[in-house]
Amino acid sequence: MNLTLRIWRQKGPEDKGRMVTYPVDDVSPDMSFLEMLDVLNERLILSGEDPVAFDHDCREGICGMCGLMINGDAHGPQRGTTACQLHMRQFSDGETIDIEPWRASAFPVVKDLVVNRSAFDKIIAAGGYVTAPTGSAPEAHSTPVAKANADAAFESAACIGCGACVAACPNGSGMLFTAAKLTQLSLLPQGQPERYTRVIGMVDAHDEAGFGGCTNAGECTPACPKGIPLNTIGRLNRDYLTATAKGANNTPGS
Amino acid sequence: MELFTEGDPIADTKAPAGPVEKRWETRRFEAKLVNPANRRKMTVIVVGTGLAGGSAAATLAEQGYHVKSYCYQDSPRRAHSIAAQGGINAAKNYRNDGDSVHRLFYDTVKGGDFRSRESNVHRLAEVSVNIIDQCVAQGVPFAREYGGLLDTRSFGGAQVQRTFYARGQTGQQLLLGAYQALERQIGLGTVEMNTRHEMLELVLIDGKARGIVVRDMVTGEISTEMADAVVLASGGYGNVFYLSTNAKGCNVTATWRAHRKGAYFANPCYTQIHPTCIPVSGDHQSKLTLMSESLRNDGRVWVPKTKGDDRSPKDIPEDERDYYLERIYPSFGNLVPRDIASRAAKNVCDEGRGVGPTKLGVYLDFADAIGRLGRKAIEAKYGNLFEMYERITGEDPYEVPMRIYPAVHYTMGGLWVDYDLQSNIPGLFVIGEANFSDHGANRLGASALMQGLADGYFVLPTTIANYLASGPLEKVDASHPAAVEARTDVEDRVQRLLGVNGDRTVDSFHRELGQIMWEHCGMERSEAGLRKAIDEIRALREAFWQRVKVSGTGEELNQSLEKAGRVADFFELAELMCIDALHREESCGGHFRAEHQTPDGEAQRDDDRFAYVAAWEFTADGEPSLLHKEDLKFEYVHPTQRSYK
Repeated sequence: MNLTLRIWRQKGPEDKGRMVTYPVDDVSPDMSFLEMLDVLNERLILSGEDPVAFDHDCREGICGMCGLMINGDAHGPQRGTTACQLHMRQFSDGETIDIEPWRASAFPVVKDLVVNRSAFDKIIAAGGYVTAPTGSAPEAHSTPVAKANADAAFESAACIGCGACVAACPNGSGMLFTAAKLTQLSLLPQGQPERYTRVIGMVDAHDEAGFGGCTNAGECTPACPKGIPLNTIGRLNRDYLTATAKGANNTPGS
Repeated sequence: MELFTEGDPIADTKAPAGPVEKRWETRRFEAKLVNPANRRKMTVIVVGTGLAGGSAAATLAEQGYHVKSYCYQDSPRRAHSIAAQGGINAAKNYRNDGDSVHRLFYDTVKGGDFRSRESNVHRLAEVSVNIIDQCVAQGVPFAREYGGLLDTRSFGGAQVQRTFYARGQTGQQLLLGAYQALERQIGLGTVEMNTRHEMLELVLIDGKARGIVVRDMVTGEISTEMADAVVLASGGYGNVFYLSTNAKGCNVTATWRAHRKGAYFANPCYTQIHPTCIPVSGDHQSKLTLMSESLRNDGRVWVPKTKGDDRSPKDIPEDERDYYLERIYPSFGNLVPRDIASRAAKNVCDEGRGVGPTKLGVYLDFADAIGRLGRKAIEAKYGNLFEMYERITGEDPYEVPMRIYPAVHYTMGGLWVDYDLQSNIPGLFVIGEANFSDHGANRLGASALMQGLADGYFVLPTTIANYLASGPLEKVDASHPAAVEARTDVEDRVQRLLGVNGDRTVDSFHRELGQIMWEHCGMERSEAGLRKAIDEIRALREAFWQRVKVSGTGEELNQSLEKAGRVADFFELAELMCIDALHREESCGGHFRAEHQTPDGEAQRDDDRFAYVAAWEFTADGEPSLLHKEDLKFEYVHPTQRSYK
């Protein structure tokens, strides 16, 4: 296959950035999208040009490090697939492909297609955990968990923190990411004691980090490579409302 | 010139004496403690944020130490532990199927082909039960039964159901548990987290590990960080083969730099080749993808009986198929351990019976299981894996048998550590895959997660206190001459890599190195092959330093520079791996020497000559390494020929 790539090039946070066109020939349909970029980069390096910087690591769809806007779609055209698992057989010979970084004010561009997603870590640090210092745990079977709850908790816990939800959202909101962790922990008995302080802490951190608000545009779930359901945001809102009604200080009896 | 010389044997591993089941208790009691008020004055550096590093950093911070944590990724949550699929072993015996701490200990020593330390392995089996408790308390969503209790399955050749799992994403869920505990400490200000930082040198002061030199991968700034102790949790070195199931960024640099500063590197030739990976599709291939071993519970492995049979699998009748694992190993069948399944696949492909476009593949067929259990049941068990296979290959495994081939997956070797997980350099601790300690010559399925978390949550926090309590250490800062020298070395090296300005890319060298290693130091090794590999590696390494082209500068995000530094270290490691493989004139676990096999082609150990850990000491560039032997004693599990027939 022969393709024309139009790639966002930006030297650093201060640079304005621009789309640059690169033809790429002899692309095998069995290549992954990132392997196709590897081929381009090898050529750029040998011709003395700066290769295109992009984030990636596991290349098997689980680490969440890769993230590209491909023709305006987060992670490209195939649903439930990260950019690293997207293969070139999804494209046709002669096609022009636009490749851009995630665009959101909470994710500033570092270089080319690389963005800074540390805002996600700040949301987790603000409550996305169960306080259970090492050594303090009771016997694992002392608290049974209904299978349906464990399965639903797992479904939300499958989030890989890639940021596609934010990139797809017209408001640049990180609500699906935040709601996924909240849903996982609120479905499990271990997550109950901190349930309402957690939601306040995480939502506040989300807002402080510069993410936009959720207006139920619903663009996030279809873009999510792990299919985190939209109704997790409903659960977040319900817990947030309960928490504010109780006062954020975890009123006894909650 | 000799390839190596022999030094003094290692006399003491610091394991307490007494019955094996009492040793850890004894060590815990005898270990010195650090007064809680003093802990916050002590700084511990932890390199890597996978299961071992993440859990260690969180736990040390909970105990009150000041922790500085480093990872090369943009978030600690992305460490490659996240990709582990199958599960985590623990001797809970919830199934009442005869499991016990002793049986997990026994299976692990035997599975490692009698090349691991009994004291360490027993401790691992003991703390395995605490790990499950800890992870459940953190909210890890393990698979459960309808009654609400934890589900377990049999995994990787075990005859008891001791593997806990979270669908095919167990590593992800366990890592996120550790990551969340770590983020809690970051939020509390007890852990100083440094993402997109790469360790490039170890700082030794008066023979003790006192700091590291790191490069900020965004700005290129090189800085020196000091501490009272350094913990390396930087993972394995499978990427020396270029193609492996490791993440692209996984590298040996942190441990290799420590090795060059004096830390022994133990058993580097022990590598694990995983039997169930998606075969290579072409020269563009940048990594290999594992299909969980759990698939072998229901899939049947076969190839055509005749060479060069090009028919589509559905056109090959039953009696012209060779279900070779079931044929050769009737009692374990498709569930034989990884090393055995991998080598068997290589053998049938070498005979010319491989399948797929490259003929380097065998079928993993689910037709029987779908017939017996129904498509729905198979979908519920393996749906996500089948989807992943289809995304990558474009083939539907419900209709056409999967094609699989072995790939490098895990490295059992690593920096040598004593019972306390301390290297021979005081103050340098090594945990998780980065050390060599628990898996011997072959790791059992679902034991990597167990070891990473055992080290990080339970073992290291106890043993490192004993070291820190022996202080206080002299106050030092980055202006100490040894620290300045380490930093200057790093700066020079970066400039040297940028200065070659040749005509070949880093990847082209890495790919070629990988081919040499896969060919001669992969599933089967021979004296002639290893000698050839050593010559080829040396020549290629020389070419690298003359012809590599690294674009850009050191003062920016420069992925080509990052790769160049890692590949330079892989060259040195590759040579040591081949020397280790050459000197070990026996076959054991993942190390198979063509000259040493039983009449029916199984690994032939030589316990009289090789029941030891090979711990290599770096001497100088171009000089032979020094071999220190640590004799292995088996008081509880008596070495036998492994048989899975």
